Amino acid sequence: MRHKTFLWFFLPTGLAMLLFIAMPIVSVVTQSIFAPHPAVLLEVENCTPLIGCTTETTVDQEATAALRAEKPLGRFVGLDIYFNRGHLAIQEIGQIWAANETWGGFFTELGNLPFYRAMAFTLTFVAVVTPLTIVLGLVIALAVNSLHRQLKGLMIFFSLLPMIVTPLIGSLILFWMIDSRGVIGNALVYLAGDPDFSLKASTGLMWVALMVYGVWHAAPFAFVVFYAGLQTLPQDQIEAAQIDGATRWQQVKFVVVPHLMPLVTFVALIQLMDNFKVFEPIIGFSAQAHAQSLSTFIFYDLGGETRQLSSAAATSVMTIFGVAILLSPVLVRTWRDFKGAR
Amino acid sequence: MASRAQRMPTSLRIASSLFVLLWFILAAFPFLWTVWGSFKVELDFFSIADWTNALTGARTEAVYGSPFTTTGYEGAWIQEEFWRNVLNTGIVCFFVVTISLTIGTLGGYALSRSTYNYTFWLLITALIFRAMPPITLVSGYLLPFFEWNVWGILPTTIIVLVAINQPFTLWMLHSFFKNIPSELDESAKVDGCNQFQAFRRVIIPVMWPGVITTGLFSFLLAYNDFAVGAMLLSESNRTMVPAIAAFLGTTQTEGNVMFAVAAVVSATVPLFILVMFFQRQIVGGLTAGAVKG
Repeated sequence: MRHKTFLWFFLPTGLAMLLFIAMPIVSVVTQSIFAPHPAVLLEVENCTPLIGCTTETTVDQEATAALRAEKPLGRFVGLDIYFNRGHLAIQEIGQIWAANETWGGFFTELGNLPFYRAMAFTLTFVAVVTPLTIVLGLVIALAVNSLHRQLKGLMIFFSLLPMIVTPLIGSLILFWMIDSRGVIGNALVYLAGDPDFSLKASTGLMWVALMVYGVWHAAPFAFVVFYAGLQTLPQDQIEAAQIDGATRWQQVKFVVVPHLMPLVTFVALIQLMDNFKVFEPIIGFSAQAHAQSLSTFIFYDLGGETRQLSSAAATSVMTIFGVAILLSPVLVRTWRDFKGAR
Repeated sequence: MASRAQRMPTSLRIASSLFVLLWFILAAFPFLWTVWGSFKVELDFFSIADWTNALTGARTEAVYGSPFTTTGYEGAWIQEEFWRNVLNTGIVCFFVVTISLTIGTLGGYALSRSTYNYTFWLLITALIFRAMPPITLVSGYLLPFFEWNVWGILPTTIIVLVAINQPFTLWMLHSFFKNIPSELDESAKVDGCNQFQAFRRVIIPVMWPGVITTGLFSFLLAYNDFAVGAMLLSESNRTMVPAIAAFLGTTQTEGNVMFAVAAVVSATVPLFILVMFFQRQIVGGLTAGAVKG
């Protein structure tokens, strides 16, 4: 296809992505290095007879408005926002580093800094949910594959539900059930033998609940992909393995799993991207006191009474960097494939 | 049918069946439970005294004389005017799907037929865009949108969702078009068509299965969106999902959680129907990307 024809075909979608994805990134980067103007303050001396003189500090509305109109972006602060306490907290880390002899103490105090807490949760979520999803998906696929044909369709239908349902709605449904008055919450209270037992009270349990939701939501995707892979499983290889005396476990390990390996990579890639975005479950579980992800960190900066655009922008830029780092091995691999395929 | 050697031993068969049953309960039970509970009063849905109340609806019967009540639905749909949010979601989904499929098919087709290096870079850029959390972009939208006075209205959200949707649409349609042999449109070009005529007369008639599948996923993205709608829509223009989140803020203080439960069930029904009718396409779409590995 010639360059010119390509350009015309690609123009509408390219323009949409340029204007509403690429430009916002530029806008985010710009916002992150500017801070809003502080109000211009006026000191007025009020002298009243008999009482004496008092100095009053008032906001000079006109001067503030003029300043804001002149430079709507705010004042240039460079990388200050990135390094302040709400984000990378360079200064605080230096202090913590100096004050703590052991690694344990260092990490505990590091966990009190909001940005690092959000990052810790996001990375833990990615690291725990991704492998569990793959394993659970594979086991479900193997189990469903051995079912009777008519049951298979039914199982696929119900299996798709946790994935298709809106993440926020899915997490609300689970949240209502694990509420201490809900059915699962009730059962947990009974099992724990403590009438005041509540998932919502403990950070650790809340993390577990969020990750359980993550696996519940993502397992159907892994299941469907692996199930499709199982349909193309070469029967002769299985038979050959049986003749060689392979046990059922060995057949799975040496024939089925290697056959599904490209699919495992695919699911892992998609899951890495999606789990890094973890957002809705934290909102749905109202878990912001116990767990923040990078996305909710931005969300609460933007949503508060005072929209903290600069702070949100700085976190956004760092999140985008995180995505790029996470994807870099994939990008290198895709480039090699592309080179090889031509 | 499986040969005798391939037949499972009984113990494994039982274990496997039990596991499937367990997964079935995990996947389906929360939905059935919530649908059942949405017709109860709050004291039954969240029962401190006795969990079986949620099944029998003892309190509901005490209040309304029947174990089922639709007060939650009436509260949500009539009192809280949830139908407005449903309507907004309908409008947003319709336009997002139509626009993003129109421009996505053109772009995806071009990407699949061009062999230059830049197609690779465009696809990789799209992949990075796909991996970015939408909320990171939202902080970039707010300031310009306030400035231009387009914040809070549906068209803005539609365009933003179309753009966010494009990377995925392009990847999906790119791989679908790759599977349509390029000899098809090349022979049309030999017969005197230009590229666009070849696309219109030869490719469009055979592309529908891929487009329908991609459309389903575009619909799901628009329907499930929370971050963009919550941040870019004013209160009167909210779509369903941000509205439900807002419900929780206001209704919990008023003790009307059941409104939110009813709204949640109402919002799940269309998805349920979607899976019922398009199961094959959804499964096909999920695996289509994987085929190339």
